[in-house]
Amino acid sequence: MLLCGLEQLNNMLHPSFMAQEKDKIPRIETTPPPANRWTKGLAVEDIPLEIHDLTVAYHHKPVLYGIDLAVPPGKLIGIIGPNGAGKSTLIKAIMGLLPTDSGWVQIFGKNNRKNLKRVGYVPQRESVDWDFPVSVMDVVLMGRYGKLGLFKRPGKEDRDIASACLEKVKMMPYADRQIANLSGGQQQRVFLARALAQESDLYFMDEPFAGVDAATESSIIGLLHELRQKGKTILVVHHDLPTARNYFDMLVLLNMRLVDFGPTEEVFTYEKLQKTYGGRLTILSEVAEAVRQNKG
Amino acid sequence: MSEMIPALDWQAIFVAPWTTEFSIYGWIFLMGFLVCAACGLAGNYLILRRMALVGDAISHSVLPGLAIAFLAANAWTNRQAAGEGIDLAVEPSGHGISYGFAIFMGALIAGVLTTLMIEIIHTRTRIKQDAAIGITFSTLFAFGVVLISVYADKVDLDADCVLHGEIAFVSIQPFFTIGTYQLAPSPVIRMGLVAFLTLGLMVVFYKELLVSSFDPGLASSMGINATFVHYALMCWLSVIVVSAFEAVGAILVIAMLILPGATASMLTTRFPIVLMLSLLHAAASSVLGLHLAIWLNSSTAGCMVVAGAGIFCVAWVFSPSQGILPNWLKRRQNSKCLPSGEIGTETVGES
Repeated sequence: MLLCGLEQLNNMLHPSFMAQEKDKIPRIETTPPPANRWTKGLAVEDIPLEIHDLTVAYHHKPVLYGIDLAVPPGKLIGIIGPNGAGKSTLIKAIMGLLPTDSGWVQIFGKNNRKNLKRVGYVPQRESVDWDFPVSVMDVVLMGRYGKLGLFKRPGKEDRDIASACLEKVKMMPYADRQIANLSGGQQQRVFLARALAQESDLYFMDEPFAGVDAATESSIIGLLHELRQKGKTILVVHHDLPTARNYFDMLVLLNMRLVDFGPTEEVFTYEKLQKTYGGRLTILSEVAEAVRQNKG
Repeated sequence: MSEMIPALDWQAIFVAPWTTEFSIYGWIFLMGFLVCAACGLAGNYLILRRMALVGDAISHSVLPGLAIAFLAANAWTNRQAAGEGIDLAVEPSGHGISYGFAIFMGALIAGVLTTLMIEIIHTRTRIKQDAAIGITFSTLFAFGVVLISVYADKVDLDADCVLHGEIAFVSIQPFFTIGTYQLAPSPVIRMGLVAFLTLGLMVVFYKELLVSSFDPGLASSMGINATFVHYALMCWLSVIVVSAFEAVGAILVIAMLILPGATASMLTTRFPIVLMLSLLHAAASSVLGLHLAIWLNSSTAGCMVVAGAGIFCVAWVFSPSQGILPNWLKRRQNSKCLPSGEIGTETVGES
């Protein structure tokens, strides 16, 4: 902790270093619209997520720079951008899992770290050790831990909720299996059930479709739509451009800076995607393909 | 060859320790069990967090902590003695509460420092965790050795004694007395307290420990501070290591942090059962180790570790999921079902 403080002091003493690094961030020539464009008229405690001037750096290199974002409730939102754009970092910073260098994040009008009980989280599948000696049911029950106080054990009610969540992702027959014996798609569904068991109002999912088969993908997207119907807000880090257009109500275009945020039909344009992905030719042709499909 | 293996005297080896000589061996067994149980329980979490060697590191790097604590306590006693005009050569006081406390604190601080150093090295540089552990504990251990040899006249401590403490002497340690009733040797009382607290903490904070070991991100998002849990676990590990250390030496501590958990995870995939089985392993290896030590007339702690490793091997052979024997049987079953002969002959014929 002392070292952390020293490092921050170091940064403050040498602003030139940060400035120099800042120049390496892609310059994106857009005048960013006012952050509160989609949340105008809402009371502060009704806005699921509000970010102001968020900057995150790893080892003096900014990964996210000056993010301003306000998310309206009841939307399914995709976060897209090239590799290294800071998509996962954005989610981790919002969840308070990473130290931030500037800015603030509010969840339902309160400081993010103080209001995490209203947040559900699906990390990347590879982030945990699947040889861990717990059953599918145990993992889903972990979703209930946040609702329990210190010293309390999950009771019958928690088990019922966990069972219902497993039922929703069609994993109930596997409840007693050890998690090591699951396929990738099944693991992802267990994580989803765990997030459902958290009964949150705002969800963050880090690439829930990575390495799952088409059937699982469509059942997951069905569940996400169901959650949205109940007024929940869901932010999903997504990699696959062609499907992004069909899955999400709104899109966050991210490449270290916020490129744009708005309804999918407004944001998913060749011009804006090109700004997000820069001059990467293979991706650009993919983008062109995706846009053409949408027009057709 | 036969004279190399001592005779197996049933009466002396298996019966006497539990009857006529129970007042000696009973304490040794109890001490062994308490050490193995405390280490085994805590070790489960080390294994799950892939930090099995951190226990090893802590048990080595408490040495400088002990040395510094000893020096500090020495200086303090000398000043006190000088102040009160007591001649220490005539009246060698000092091995009282203050020494015990100083040593405990010294070791605790050293333990936490070790964890901090490992963490700082591997998060702030590109050096991986295993290398960071190697750097940290060897450096601190060497520092301890240097300290002890420089202040050899002031520190009544040698590296050997710390690493190879002898559990067999536990029954002749001073007894803890309540009034006039002699309860138990004080190391046993201390270790009992630590083992009991370990079990208690693990029961009370079961879900916090579980979720922060499995998915620190989720834990943090639930307001469970995973970093705090990590350091708390390391602190408690230092407490266990230090309390076990003086009486039984490092060998038993290091081995028993890993063996019970590893054995248990061979046999089951349910975490609560893993915890229970590691307790069972602790009991079994201390009983078997005790008999082995009497038979071979050898180091008790060493024999307990050998017995524990033996149990691990048995578990490995018979483990339902990963066992050598069940796997071999399964393969044999499968090869019988397959029409293996035909496929083989066809390929041979074509080539």
